[in-house]
Formats: sequence, structure tokens, C-alpha cells
Amino acid sequence: MEYTFHWRPVFNRLPDLLEAGLITLEVSALSMVIGIALGLGLALIRMSGNPAIAWFTIGWIEIARNTPALLQLFFFSFGLGAYGIHLTPYMVVLCGMAFNNAGYLAESFRGGFAAIPDTQMKAARSLGMTATQAYLRIIIPQVLRIVYYPMTNQMVWAVLISSLGMLVGFHELAGETQRQAFRSFRLFEFFLVTAVIYYVIVKIIILSSRLIAWRLFRY
Amino acid sequence: MADGGVQFFFEFTERDLLILAEGAKLTLIISSLAIVGGTVLGGLFGWLLSVSGRFGAITLGWVLDIFRSVPPIVQLVLFVNFFPIIGFPVDAAQAGTLVLMMYCSALVAQVARAGIEAVPKTTRWAGRSLGMSYWQDLRYVVLPIGLRAVLPSWTGVALGVLKDSALVSVLKAGELMQVSQEMITRTQQPFLILGIAGLFYFALSFPIARLSEHLERRWKYD
Repeated sequence: MEYTFHWRPVFNRLPDLLEAGLITLEVSALSMVIGIALGLGLALIRMSGNPAIAWFTIGWIEIARNTPALLQLFFFSFGLGAYGIHLTPYMVVLCGMAFNNAGYLAESFRGGFAAIPDTQMKAARSLGMTATQAYLRIIIPQVLRIVYYPMTNQMVWAVLISSLGMLVGFHELAGETQRQAFRSFRLFEFFLVTAVIYYVIVKIIILSSRLIAWRLFRY
Repeated sequence: MADGGVQFFFEFTERDLLILAEGAKLTLIISSLAIVGGTVLGGLFGWLLSVSGRFGAITLGWVLDIFRSVPPIVQLVLFVNFFPIIGFPVDAAQAGTLVLMMYCSALVAQVARAGIEAVPKTTRWAGRSLGMSYWQDLRYVVLPIGLRAVLPSWTGVALGVLKDSALVSVLKAGELMQVSQEMITRTQQPFLILGIAGLFYFALSFPIARLSEHLERRWKYD
């Protein structure tokens, strides 16, 4: 083995990497928030059974779930670019991930709503609740419990997907690592440290989601 | 271009469709090797996890967890740079297949373990008290019941690995995603080419999804 490891350049750049890690977290969290809103909308539209817009939601969900996330990001980068819409790398990653998250979450939400028996709604209504009250106080809390675990998974998945930003010129954790690595020619060392940072980020997400679940679903 | 000037962009032709199909073929090869290898390894890991208790969860479980918590693309870059360091240069397609296989095995291990644990202890004891050996119990009791329980999860993993094979394009392996990317640069028709690439991925994942549905339906009644 003639290769000598040089860790010094990596540790000199560690603050940059950690800052990029924050960008990774930011874009993932934001894409989740947008994805949850869009996914809920898609699920509700699909369940409403309106055929005119149902094909649209089905198309969205199927494309998001059955093609590589990278392909979806490329649609938002040079796909839209061909029509003169040039998004910044940040927006490309955010839009692509929100699109992807929404497709996956829509299916989780649909499953969650389907798991709540109709009688729950009827019981709530017969107790004198309005439809909105019944949804907010009876249905949604139960659905939340069911979709909480898939949502946590999706958040972890979002962090992993955001690394594709590297391929569309976005300097989140993987992209920043690539940039620094090319500068210093210490590719292996840089990516090893980045792998550790990703691991820590994922662990933090899982741990905090457990804490939130423990606080939220105590009864 | 009719005026005879320098041509920068080229029309998309049928030949390009063939080139994309070639890319799809490599995607199929890489991902099916990764899925088959990953499933075998993952099954083995899952079984090890289910029998080794706490010790297994700390050692093997932890290693597999790393594969699940680090983006596949980072794993690919690390792997392809690591092998030349220890003196084994690997080509892009091989490296991609190996990394995807390990990634797949880490995901399948979880699924397999869940499948084994889905079989009630009492059912297995019943099998053992009928005189079955440990391996007979695994083969004739745990496998059929566990497989039925986790088939949908396994399908999800397999489809995920197929899609993640697109990431091998970062190593310039010449699979579908990379071929399409280069073609986009050449023809400047991203919507058409990405659409075709998407259809190819759809076509590749369709048989897996159908097979799983078919098995699920058939197993329901026996």
C-alpha cells in the first residue's frame, strides 16, 4: 500500500463541511414540509374520486415512486432549462425532493386515512361535532400515529437523496465535499469524513423523532 | 444544418434509441446482480441477526446500519477510491454492482429478520416437536410463512435498488442514466430523453412489481 492518508486538509475544511451539513438538513426539512403539504393534497384529491384530476395525482405519484430520484432532479435542472426556466441549484434540489417526497407521502397518507374506520367519523358527527372538528380532533390525530413512522423514514430518505445535489452543482454536504476534495486531491479522506457526518445526521433525526413520538403519543 | 456551418447539436434519431436501450441493458445487469446477490447476502444477515441476539445487533447490525445511513452515492465514491488504494483497481460497473449489492443486503437483512420474527415461536416449536431438525424447521416452517409476510417489503427494496442503480452514473459506468445525460448534452432535448429513460425504468420495474403481485395472490390460497 503506497497511499498515505492525509487528514490535515480535511480537518482544516471541517467547518465548511459542517456548514454544508446544515444546508443538507435545511433543504431536507424544507422539502419535507412542502412534501407533506403536497402529499396530503394529492392523497385527498385521489380519495375524493374526481376523475378529472385523479389522473393528474396518479401520474404524479407513479412518476415520483417509479423513476429514480436523480431523473426527477434532472427534469427540474436541464428539463426545465430547455424551456428557458433556469432554477438555481438550490431550487432544483428543493423542487425535485419536494416532488419526490409528495409522491411517496401521498401513498402513506392514503393508507393512513384508509385505516381509520368510517364509524369513527360517524361517531364523532353523532356526538355533535362539525365535520371540521371531527377531522381535526378525531381523524387527523389517529392518521398521524399511523403515518408517523413512514414520515420519519421519508425524512431520513430525504437527507440521503439530498446528496444528489452533488450532481446538479448544489453545494450541500456531498456537493461541498466534492468541491473540497477536488481542490485538495484527498477524495477518499474527504468522503469518509462526510460519510460519518451523514451517519450522525441520520442518527440525530431518528433519535429526535423517537423523542417527539414519546412526547406526542403518550396516550 | 443546411448552411454547412459547424453543427453543435444533433437530432435525436432511432440510433439513439438503441444506445439508450444498451444503457438500459447495463442497468438491468447491474441491478439484477445487485438484487440477487443482495437478497442472498441479506437473507443470511437477517438470519444471523435473528439468532445472534444482542451481540449480533451490536456488531453486524451496526455495520449494516451504516450502509443504510450513508447516501449510496457517497458509498460509491468511497468504494471506487478505496480499492485502488489497497491495490485492486475495479472498473465502474463492477464497483457499482458491489456497492449496490451491499446496500441491498443491508436493506434485505432488516426485511428478512422481520420475516423470521413474524413466525410465531409456538409454530416453530410445534415443528420441532414433530421431529423436524433445525434446518427443516427453517426450510419448511419459517421460510414459507416468513416469505409471505415480507414479500411486499422485499419488492419495495428491490424496486428501490433498481432506481438507485441510476447513481452508478456518477462513476461513468455507461448505464441508462449516464447515457441519457450525455445524450441530453448532445441533442438538447431533455424532456424527450428523460421521458424515454423514465419509461425504460418503468419497464424494468414493472416485471418485479407484477411478479410480486402474482406471488402474493397465489400464496394467499395455499
